[in-house]
Amino acid sequence: MAGFFSRLKEGLSRSNAQLSALFSKRLLDDATLEELEDELIAADLGPSVAERIISRFRDTSFGQQVTGEEIRNTLAAEVAKVLQPVAVPFTPDPGRKPHVVLVVGVNGTGKTTTIGKLAHLYREEGKSVMMVAGDTFRAAAVEQLQVWGERAGAEVIAGKPGADAAGLAYDGLKRATEKQTDILLVDTAGRLHNKSALMEELAKIIRVMKKFDPDAPHSVLLVLDATTGQNAIEQVRVFRELVDVTGLVVTKLDGSARGGIVVALAEQFKLPVHLVGVGEKAEDLRPFSAEDYARGLVGSALGEPEE
Amino acid sequence: MFEQLSGRMSKVFEGLSKGGKLSENDVTEAMREVRLAMLEADVALPVVRSFVSKVKERAIGGEVLEGTSPGQMVAKIVNDALVEALGGAGAVPLDLAANAPVPLLMVGLQGAGKTTTAGKIGLRLGQREHKRVLLASLDVQRPAAQLQLQQLAERAGGLTQGRVKSLPIVVGETPLEIARRAMEAGRREGFDVVVLDTAGRLAIDEPLMAEVGQIRDETNPAETLLVVDGMTGQDAVNTARAFKEQVGISGVVMSRMDGDARGGAALSMKAVTGAPIKFTGSGENLEALEEFHPERVAGRILGLGDIAGLVETA
Ligand SMILES: Nc1nc2c(ncn2[C@@H]2O[C@H](COP(=O)(O)OP(=O)(O)OP(=O)(O)O)[C@@H](O)[C@H]2O)c(=O)[nH]1
Ligand SMILES: Nc1nc2c(ncn2[C@@H]2O[C@H](COP(=O)(O)OP(=O)(O)OP(=O)(O)O)[C@@H](O)[C@H]2O)c(=O)[nH]1
Ligand SMILES: [Mg+2]
Ligand SMILES: [Mg+2]
Repeated sequence: MAGFFSRLKEGLSRSNAQLSALFSKRLLDDATLEELEDELIAADLGPSVAERIISRFRDTSFGQQVTGEEIRNTLAAEVAKVLQPVAVPFTPDPGRKPHVVLVVGVNGTGKTTTIGKLAHLYREEGKSVMMVAGDTFRAAAVEQLQVWGERAGAEVIAGKPGADAAGLAYDGLKRATEKQTDILLVDTAGRLHNKSALMEELAKIIRVMKKFDPDAPHSVLLVLDATTGQNAIEQVRVFRELVDVTGLVVTKLDGSARGGIVVALAEQFKLPVHLVGVGEKAEDLRPFSAEDYARGLVGSALGEPEE
Repeated sequence: MFEQLSGRMSKVFEGLSKGGKLSENDVTEAMREVRLAMLEADVALPVVRSFVSKVKERAIGGEVLEGTSPGQMVAKIVNDALVEALGGAGAVPLDLAANAPVPLLMVGLQGAGKTTTAGKIGLRLGQREHKRVLLASLDVQRPAAQLQLQQLAERAGGLTQGRVKSLPIVVGETPLEIARRAMEAGRREGFDVVVLDTAGRLAIDEPLMAEVGQIRDETNPAETLLVVDGMTGQDAVNTARAFKEQVGISGVVMSRMDGDARGGAALSMKAVTGAPIKFTGSGENLEALEEFHPERVAGRILGLGDIAGLVETA
């Protein structure tokens, strides 16, 4: 875990030079609050969420002579309060054979990589994993997943290019059920939420799986890229409405993007945030922690005891 | 949401006092809304700040033209300034004025759309300019990345009587070795253009940023195109700065503009790199590459559709 903390800290804090400069001892006045609000905006919280958080922060601390450390801690705690309710671990139901996880999202967010990481994780735990190469559209998407399958030691159900994704998902579910596989991970092609024909295709995958198992898919994970700005709100709104997203995964947190949009999402949708991606390798997947995320956002050192 | 913003803006503009000149109050009030609209559109904060202060300066004390309201006047000034900041009218074409084979380098963050854009550019040059284009993947990082570009090249080749091809895949080479081999093959086989597609990399990943610098030094590309996701948020400035400083950027491609993001990253990119935005990606298919239109993106960023329309109706 130490590796994760240092990597997350490294990634999240690199763009925080400005913030650190803020944190010398000073009076918490309007000017300081405005600077803090701007910093939250610069972390992608969005102008209105940033304003709300700062106004709550103002209620607790305005007019006090505070050290930098105190500002950090209190502001981080304020952000963590928003994130706490959505920090829910991802736990497949061991009673299901298989527990079906459908992975969705807009193009290039990290769906296939996240599936590879999940496969690795559950194989390490000694579980059996099967994957469905449901992206039959993008060039070499199948081969990409097959490489991950080989790495993790998981069977990949694939069809011909252009094959019907729903049919493949059905076949995968049938086969995984016959083999009593623990986890079935279904990859899908990236699609923009404003393209209704593509969204309908996703709904069809779910419908067809339900013919085999009315409870499937048991989880629908929406993968979001931490670099994304305010559009992530629309992504979550539409995907949730059309395909019953059960939880979120936020990727690319090893970069300089601070992923503040997650705070806005937590306020608005209250969907669980299960996991974060912190790199391109199989091990680079971590549970979502409200405190760490909040501290990363406001630029405080991680791993310190909470006051 | 567009309507709501548009309504909010026109209300502010309507509320501006009548009179011969734009007062500081009028302009300040209107610019507060502009600032908010730009932040909601993901224009990076420092870029918003400098844009707003520049426009304020330009607007205050300005004559209100006969037959227009102060609101219309500010709207026009904002729109004109935004179009100008995005690169003014007219698209900037690819600069291929170099000896064949002309190297073209694609760079950017993971998943930004580099490989797809490489295929699109190949198709475009092959189809419209009848160029022979060699696509080479230098991505030894992402699983099946080279195969992805190869398949795109096959598609583009099929649509151009074979003018677009990909460099044969050799396992075990470094990106730099692949770049050299691509340029050699380009020369030997008489290609006009060689598109070098690189692995996605984080702006803060120093070794990988240094590696792409080496590739640039080795191949001396006529164009180094930074591919940026149109949905990018505030981090756009960090990406732009790092790639500009460590690699050097001659042009920007905004991908996934077929989404409903407001695309403020385009302005951040232009402001920080100074490089023209050359294309926008408008879909996953190889044909979905368009010349950049500053006026359209300006309207989109302000959430107004077409602010000129507002000027007429206000
Ligand atoms: N740095 C970093 N890169 C990541 C992370 N997750 C994924 N990537 C990279 O992002 C790029 C896109 O990842 P994919 O898994 O192919 O994304 P996808 O959502 O399946 O893409 P499409 O299927 O094309 O929509 C690849 O280069 C991945 O290696 C992460 O957590 N950190
Ligand atoms: N809707 C849409 N999708 C796009 C566009 N450009 C690229 N994509 C999709 O975005 C995803 C990622 O594209 P890639 O070309 O693989 O991105 P990349 O930058 O090469 O990714 P890495 O090599 O992993 O860093 C794929 O699903 C593409 O089909 C676009 O303009 N619109
Ligand atoms: Mg994928
Ligand atoms: Mg690529």
